[in-house]
Amino acid sequence: MPPEAVTEHWGSEGARRQAAYLGMWVFIATEVLLFAGLFTAYGVYRSVYPEVFRAAQLTMDVGLGTLNTFILVTSSIVVALAVHAVRGDRPGLGGALLLAAALLGVVFLAVKGVEYAHHVKEGGLPGDAYRFTEVPRVGASLFFTLYYLLTGIHALHVTVGVGVLTVLGVRSAAGTFGAGYATPVELGGMYWHLVDVVWLFVYPILYLS
Amino acid sequence: MSPPAAESYLTDGRTVWSWLTTHDHKRIGVMFLGLTLFFFLVGGVFALALRIELLTPGRTLMGHLAYNRMFTLHGVTMVWLFMIPAIPSAFGNFLVPLMIGARDVAFPRLNLASVYLYVLGASVALWGMFEGGADTGWTFYTPYSTTTGTAVLPVLMGVFIIGFSTILTGLNFIATVHTLRAPGLTWMKLPLFVWAIYGTSIIQVLATPVLGMVLLLVALERVVGAGIFDPARGGDPLLFQHLFWFYSHPAVYIMVLPSMGVISEAVCAFSRKNAFSYRMIVYSTLGIAFVGFFTWGHHMFASGQSTFGSGAFGAMSMLVAIFTAIKIFSWLGTLYRGSIALESPLLYTLGFMFFLFFGGMIGVAYSTTSLNLHWHDTYSVVAHFHFIMVGATVMAFLAALHYWFPKMSGRCFPAKLANGAAVLIIFGFIATFVPQFLLGNLGMPRRYADYPPHFQSLHVASTAGASLLAFGFLAIAGYLAWSLRYGAVAGANPWGSEGFEWRSASPPPTHNFSTPPEYPTGPHEYASEEVPHAA
Ligand code: HEM
Ligand SMILES: [Cu+2]
Repeated sequence: MPPEAVTEHWGSEGARRQAAYLGMWVFIATEVLLFAGLFTAYGVYRSVYPEVFRAAQLTMDVGLGTLNTFILVTSSIVVALAVHAVRGDRPGLGGALLLAAALLGVVFLAVKGVEYAHHVKEGGLPGDAYRFTEVPRVGASLFFTLYYLLTGIHALHVTVGVGVLTVLGVRSAAGTFGAGYATPVELGGMYWHLVDVVWLFVYPILYLS
Repeated sequence: MSPPAAESYLTDGRTVWSWLTTHDHKRIGVMFLGLTLFFFLVGGVFALALRIELLTPGRTLMGHLAYNRMFTLHGVTMVWLFMIPAIPSAFGNFLVPLMIGARDVAFPRLNLASVYLYVLGASVALWGMFEGGADTGWTFYTPYSTTTGTAVLPVLMGVFIIGFSTILTGLNFIATVHTLRAPGLTWMKLPLFVWAIYGTSIIQVLATPVLGMVLLLVALERVVGAGIFDPARGGDPLLFQHLFWFYSHPAVYIMVLPSMGVISEAVCAFSRKNAFSYRMIVYSTLGIAFVGFFTWGHHMFASGQSTFGSGAFGAMSMLVAIFTAIKIFSWLGTLYRGSIALESPLLYTLGFMFFLFFGGMIGVAYSTTSLNLHWHDTYSVVAHFHFIMVGATVMAFLAALHYWFPKMSGRCFPAKLANGAAVLIIFGFIATFVPQFLLGNLGMPRRYADYPPHFQSLHVASTAGASLLAFGFLAIAGYLAWSLRYGAVAGANPWGSEGFEWRSASPPPTHNFSTPPEYPTGPHEYASEEVPHAA
C-alpha cells in the first residue's frame, strides 16, 4: 500500500495513478524525441551514401540481431503477463515473471556484447578508429558511429530497465504490490515496452536492407 | 498526532539541511530563484567585461581569445543557467501549485532532483570555464566546435545535464496541471501564468531531448572523431544547425512564453480588470508553442538552403508574430480604461510590451530573406535577440520579482526606490541596444573584439547604457536585500490582487492552504474597481 501522506496529497489512489501514468507518457515522449535526433541523422546519411550504407548493413550479423529481437519481444510479453498477474492479486507470480524478464534483458546485453566483440575484431569501430577494409571509409564510418550510438544508447536503456525490473520483481515477490496497488509495476512495464519498441525500429534500419 | 503547523514555509525548519532535503515546491522555487540570480550576476559581469573591451577600437581589456571565451560564457550562462530556468523553475515552482489550489507539485522528489541536476550541470559548465572555457559562442556551431582546442567538452556536458533538469521540471508541471487542479478549477479558469508555464513545459519536454542528443554528438565528435558533422569525414555541418535550431528556436519561446504569463498576471492586477479575451491569450500561447517548432530554418537563410525552404520558414516565422500581436492587443485591451496603479511591476510590464513589440517587428523584417542577408550575423541580430530576450525575459523576471516578492518573503519593498530603478533599467536598456541596431545596419559583425574607429561613438553609447543597467540592478539587489529584513510586513494580499495565488497566506504555510480553496469565479475577476492599492 502507498504511504498515507502520499494519498493525502493526492486525494485518492486513482488520482495518483493518473498522474503517474501521465508523467510516464510524457517521459516516453521525450525518449522518443531523444532517439528521433539519431534517426534523423541516420535518414540523412543513408540518403547521402545509399550504396555504402547498404554495403555496411550487409556486414551486420543478422542472425544475432534477429535473436535479440526475439529475446526482447519475448521479455516484453513476459512483462505484460507480470502486470496482469499483479493486477489479479498474484504478486508472487508477478515477481517471478518480472525477474524472468530482467534475465532476458541480461541475455540481450550478452548477445550485444558478443556482437560488439566481433566488430572490434574486424575493425568496424566508430570515427577515427575505423579499420574495416571491406566497405569504403567515408560513409561507412558514419554508419558505424550511428550503429554504436543507436545500439549503445538502447543498451543503456536496457541496463536501466534490467535494474528497474529486478527491483520491482523483488518487491512484488515480497508482496508490496497487489490488486490495490499495481502502479509501479505498470509503469515499469511501460518503460520496458518502450525499450522494446525502440529496438523494433533500430533492428530493421541497421540489420535488414 | 502531527506537530503544530509552522507559521510559514520559511519557518518550517530553519537548518540548511531542511532546505537541501525539502520537497516543498515553494522552497525549491526559492532555491532556484537564488541560483538563477547568482548566474544572472555571473553572466552580467561577463557582459560588462565585453562592453568595456568594446569601448575603444583595438585592445582595451583583453585579447581576442579571451574575448571569444567571454562572450561564449556570457551566452551559455545567460541562456541556460538564467533565462531558461529563471521564470519556470523559480516562479513556476513557487506559484503553480498555489494558483491551482494544490498542496505541492505532482512529483516533489523529482522536483528536488531537478535542483540538484541544475547545480551539477552548472558546476560542470563552470569547471569548463576554469579549464580555459569554450570559444564557440552559445550556439556551438560545427565544425568549429569540434575542432577548436578550448574546453568545449565540459561546457557541452554541463548544458546536457541542465537539459535533464529542464525536462524534469516541465514533466512535473504538465502532470501537476493535469491532475492536481482543485475541484471546480476547470481549464478555462486557470490563471494565465499557469497556462504560460504549461505551454512552456510542452516545448521543454519535446525540444530539449533533441538538443541533448545533438550536444552528445558534438561531444562524441570531439572524443572519437565520429565525423557526423565534419565534411572532411563525410559528415555535414549543416545537419548540426538544423538539429540545433530545431531545439533552440523553440527554446527562445521557452524564454519568452513564461514572461508573457507574468505580464498577463501583472496587467490584470495593476489595472484591476479581468483579462481582455482570456481565451485568445490562451490559444495564442498554444499557437506559439506549436508554430515555434516550424521556424528553425530562419536562422539558416545564409547557409545556402533552398529558396523554397527559406520562403516557407520565413512565412512560418511571421505566424509567430501574429500570435504575439494577439497577446499584445489583449494586454492593451486589459489596460484600456483600467484603474491603473503605476507600481514597479507595471512599469516593467510596459517596458516589456514595448521591447517585445519593437524586437518582434524587427524579427518579422529578418524573416524576409533579402533583409536577413543584409543583417545576418551583424550587431543588428544581437540587438534583436537582446530586445526580445533581455527586454522581454528580464523585464518580466523583474516584474515577477517585484510582484511576488511580498508573496514569497512576506515583506514589502520601498515603492519609490523600486520605481526609480525600473525607469533607470528601461532607459539603460534602450541606450544599450538601440545603438547596436544602428551598428549592425552599418555592417559591424557580431562576435568581434575589434572594429574600425568610425564605429566607436555607437559602441561608447552602448557601453554607457550597459553601465546604467548595472547601476539599476545593483540598486534592486540593495533594496530587496534590505527589505527581506526591514521591509514592512506585507499581509496576505498587499496589492489587493484577485490572482488565485493570493488566497493563501503570504508567506504561505507548508502545505499552502489550511482549508481547501474554492473557485466559484474565473481568474483575475475584479468585482469592483474601488479596492485601493496598498504599498
Ligand atoms: C518572441 C520572441 C523571440 C525571441 C526570444 C527571439 C530570439 C532570437 C535569437 C536568440 C536570435 C539569435 C540567435 C543567434 O544567436 O544567432 C534570433 C534571431 C532571429 N530571429 Fe528572433 N526571437 C523572437 C522573435 C522573433 C520573431 C517574431 C521573428 C520573426 C517574425 C524572429 C526572427 C528571427 C530571425 C529571422 C533571426 C535570425 C537573424 C539572423 O541571424 O540573420 N524572431 N531571435
Ligand atoms: Cu529563431
